[in-house]
Order: sequence, then structure tokens, then C-alpha cells
Amino acid sequence: MAAMVQIQDLHKIYHGGFQALKGVTLDIEKGEILALLGPNGAGKTTLISTICGITRPSSGAVTVGGHDIQTDYRKARGLIGLVPQEINLEPFEFVRNTVAFSRGLFGKPRNDGRVEEILKTLSLWDKRDSRIMELSGGMRRRVLIAKALSHDPRVLFLDEPTAGVDVELRRDMWDIVSQLKADGVTIILTTHYIEEAEALADRVGVISKGELLLVEDKSRLVTRMGRKELRIDLQDKLAAVPDTLSDYNLDLAEDGMTVTYAYDTAADRTGIARLVAAFSAEGLVIRDLQTSQSSLEDIFVTLVQETEDAA
Amino acid sequence: MNAQAILSIYRFEMARFFRTLAQSFISPVISTSLYFVVFGAAIGSRIAEVEGVSYGAFIVPGLIMLSVMTQAISNASFGIYFPKFIGTIYELLSAPVNFLEIVLGYVGAAATKALFIGVVILGTSALFVDLQIAHPVAMLAFMILTCISFSLFGFIIGIWAKTFEQLQLIPLLVVTPLVFLGGSFYSISMLPPVWQTVTLFNPVVYLVSGFRWSFFGLADVPLGLSLLAILGFTVLCLGIIWWIFRTGWRIRD
Repeated sequence: MAAMVQIQDLHKIYHGGFQALKGVTLDIEKGEILALLGPNGAGKTTLISTICGITRPSSGAVTVGGHDIQTDYRKARGLIGLVPQEINLEPFEFVRNTVAFSRGLFGKPRNDGRVEEILKTLSLWDKRDSRIMELSGGMRRRVLIAKALSHDPRVLFLDEPTAGVDVELRRDMWDIVSQLKADGVTIILTTHYIEEAEALADRVGVISKGELLLVEDKSRLVTRMGRKELRIDLQDKLAAVPDTLSDYNLDLAEDGMTVTYAYDTAADRTGIARLVAAFSAEGLVIRDLQTSQSSLEDIFVTLVQETEDAA
Repeated sequence: MNAQAILSIYRFEMARFFRTLAQSFISPVISTSLYFVVFGAAIGSRIAEVEGVSYGAFIVPGLIMLSVMTQAISNASFGIYFPKFIGTIYELLSAPVNFLEIVLGYVGAAATKALFIGVVILGTSALFVDLQIAHPVAMLAFMILTCISFSLFGFIIGIWAKTFEQLQLIPLLVVTPLVFLGGSFYSISMLPPVWQTVTLFNPVVYLVSGFRWSFFGLADVPLGLSLLAILGFTVLCLGIIWWIFRTGWRIRD
């Protein structure tokens, strides 16, 4: 089956000449959660805005549910719900009205029951007759989500949904996203909280300077890119790494009590057994061993760093 | 056609109006009464009649036009400027709607509000002067057309404006002077010949003249020209709005 969202060589050059997207190609499968990671100004929001119709592509093509976003924009946009990064809401409006308005704008007939359901899911029902200006920041973000869900979209874009929200709301939001995924909604979220991507995403895309550096299955990405580290605590202080151990590229801590060995889990042999044997041969007494795996965050930082170095 | 969207925009905009209905109602009543006190009583006592119509009655069409035009512009320009200003326009741009549907919603609501004000002023006027309306259907048609065309014009201003100051600028610097100098409160036949010619370059003259004809059967310029002027203005505004949405000028990069 064709992908839910197909992005083909998408370029966006803003009016002032700034090149925000430099040929992004990406397929997003139905029902998956894709997390787009990237530093500020990487082009995450531009990518979303272009798919949703807020900005126009300079070249390239995008289809949503098989509908071209330019020639068949009604059908394409009808499938999309967008939660923008900025909290853009009319301060004097009432919660329920503004959600009902969004539903109508997307061509769906009035349905008070559905709006009620959505408000209840988002714990907004008690606030239904409050003005937006009376709500806290977290509540306003919920209203934005309610608006995006008001017309039952099949593809949901969440642009930094948890930027600046408290832990409780973040957990709530994650639950909502999981529920939507269970309902078969395709979800694209941008974030620079790596833990969010780690907690939610099926696949992770890394975007930097308008280019998609990679898109991979989250767990595979961690294994592929993941390096493990073995930390060896020594019984006695070591002044320098002995020559016999130089092949291992060991990193001796300043206090001389800890040695770190980095190894690749995907390699045929990790070399741990030989290393430990070599330690014994040298007469070094090992007090403790500890391994740790690099997180998405480390991978992300490395990737972005590598591209910047290459440029 | 996304009729549901048009209706949603229209209802949403009208809801704002109904929330402040008392204000919307009282302010034109008071301003109309003031005009009658100043123009009708003070000046009118020195001008007995204009072409057989009492001065008080004579200024009614001009008064209505003045309010309808300024109200239509301010309602429509604010209606689209506000979402731009606070950022909610993202929703319009990402919705499955085309420019015509957006315009029908916003301009329709602005024109309805302006029409409401026009009718309130007409009603208030009837309390002060003895009004006869020679061509009621034409009167209504002129009023509605003016509401629509000036709402379209206001919509353009709302998209063009980058600040609240700019939003006020055109109505204040262009529209109000044109209306005051456009024969709202006098017949242009009362002016010296040179000024009569100059006045003919003022588009508002044609609107006021046609509108006044529908009340008293009196016109400064031929009725056909009045109709042509207002239709031409409507088409021009629609064309500009079509261009704005096609190019994305000031709304979609």
C-alpha cells in the first residue's frame, strides 16, 4: 500500500532567499509515529507548514492519502490535523465555540456530541464555556489539540507539542498520542526532546539545515549507531595505559582510577574478553565493570556535528 | 464548495457582533441623533429645502452611506487582520477552503453588520424627520451593494495592513474625507461650477447620488452611472482579492 504521506524532493526557498528545505524525500506510513528531530531552524516547522498548506513549496511534490497537496488540496487538507508550535488562539473566544469552528472550517457538519467527546478526552470539558484568556498555558495547548482533532483527521502533525509544558501534561499528551495511534492515526511530531522521540516514535528522522540526514526505525537506529561503553574501575591508580593495551584505544580518566573502552555492538567481536584477559596479564586488578549504551540524544548530537564538520 | 466552512466563518464572526449587540446598536443611534442635532437643527434652520426636500430628510441617505461605508470597512478589515495579528490565520490557510469561501464568510459577516447599522440609522432618522422612500427596492439594493463592496475593500485593507495604525489609516485619510466631500450633506449643484467638476472624480458621489435617488427621485449624476460605479468597484475589489490569494501576498509565503 502507498505511504500515507509521500514527500518527493521538496524544496522551499523563502521570499527573502532563505533556503529552508533542500530536497526532502520521505515516506510516512499509515498509522506510524514519526519523530522529526533537529536543532532550531533546521526546517522542521517549514516542512510541516508546507505539507499543511501554510507555505507553498518552491518545488517538489507532496501527497497525503494519495491526494496532491496542491492540485487536490481539499482532500489532502481534509485528512490533516495540525497542532502548531505557537499558541495561536483568539483570547476572547470560548473553548467550545473555537473547537466547533475548527470542525466547520474543515467542512464537517456540526456535531456537538463529537466536540464533547474530544473536550472530555483532553480534560477540557469543565472549561468548555471559559474564554481562552482565562486558561493556563497548558490548557491552551490542549485547546489547540482539540481544534486539530475536531474534524477527525487521519494524519496529525504535532509541532513541538510539549515545548514548555509541565511533566504531567507531557505524560497526558503522550497518552493521547498513543491512543490516536491505536485508532490508526498517522502522527508526525517534531521535538527537540530526545526522550519524547524515544518514548513515542516508531521511526526517527533527523533534520538539519533543511536536509533530512536519516530516517530509521528507532530501535534499529540505536543499535546501528549505538556504541556501547565499558567502564572499568581499577583497584589501584594507573599512571598511564600500558603499551600492551594500546590497541584498545582506552581512555584513562584524570584520577587514574577509571578506564573507558568504547566498542561497537554490531561488530563480530566486542573484544571485551580479550581486554579483561590483557588486564590480568598486566597485573591490573579490576574493582568493577559497567556498560552503558548511547542514547538517541548522543546519536543525534553526533550526526548533526558530523554534518556541520563536513560542511 | 465547502459551504460548511463559509457558514462557520460567518457564524463565528457574527457571534462576536452579537456579544456586543448593545454597543453595536447604541453607538449608531447616538451618532445619528448627534448629526441631526448639528446638521438638521443648526444648519438646517438656515437651509430650508434642497430641491424641494427638507434639509433634515435630504441628509438621511448621506448619513446612512457614511456609516455603512465606514462600518463595512472597519468590520471587514478587522475581521481578517485580527487572525493575522494573533496568528490564528494558520487555521484558515491549512483548511480545505479556497479564497472565495474565506471571502464569502468574512465579507458576508462584515456586510451583514454594516447593513444592520444602516437599517438602525434609517429607523432612527425616521424618528427625527418625515421620510418617504420613493423606490424601496432600489434603496435596499444600493445599501446592500455598498455594504458588500466596501466590506471587500475593507478585507483588502485588512490583508495589506501590517499594524493597527495602518488599519486605521485608509478609512481615516481616504474614506472619511471622500464621503464628507462626496455630497453626503449637500447637493453638488450647490457648489461653484469648478468644484462641481472636481467632485465628479470622487467615486463616493456616485454612490450617494444613486442612493439619494432611491429616496427622493433626485440625483446629482445619472442613475446608470451610479450603478456602474458601484458594480465596477465591487468587481475591482474582487479582482484584487483573487490576485492576493493567487500570489499569497502578505498571507502565504
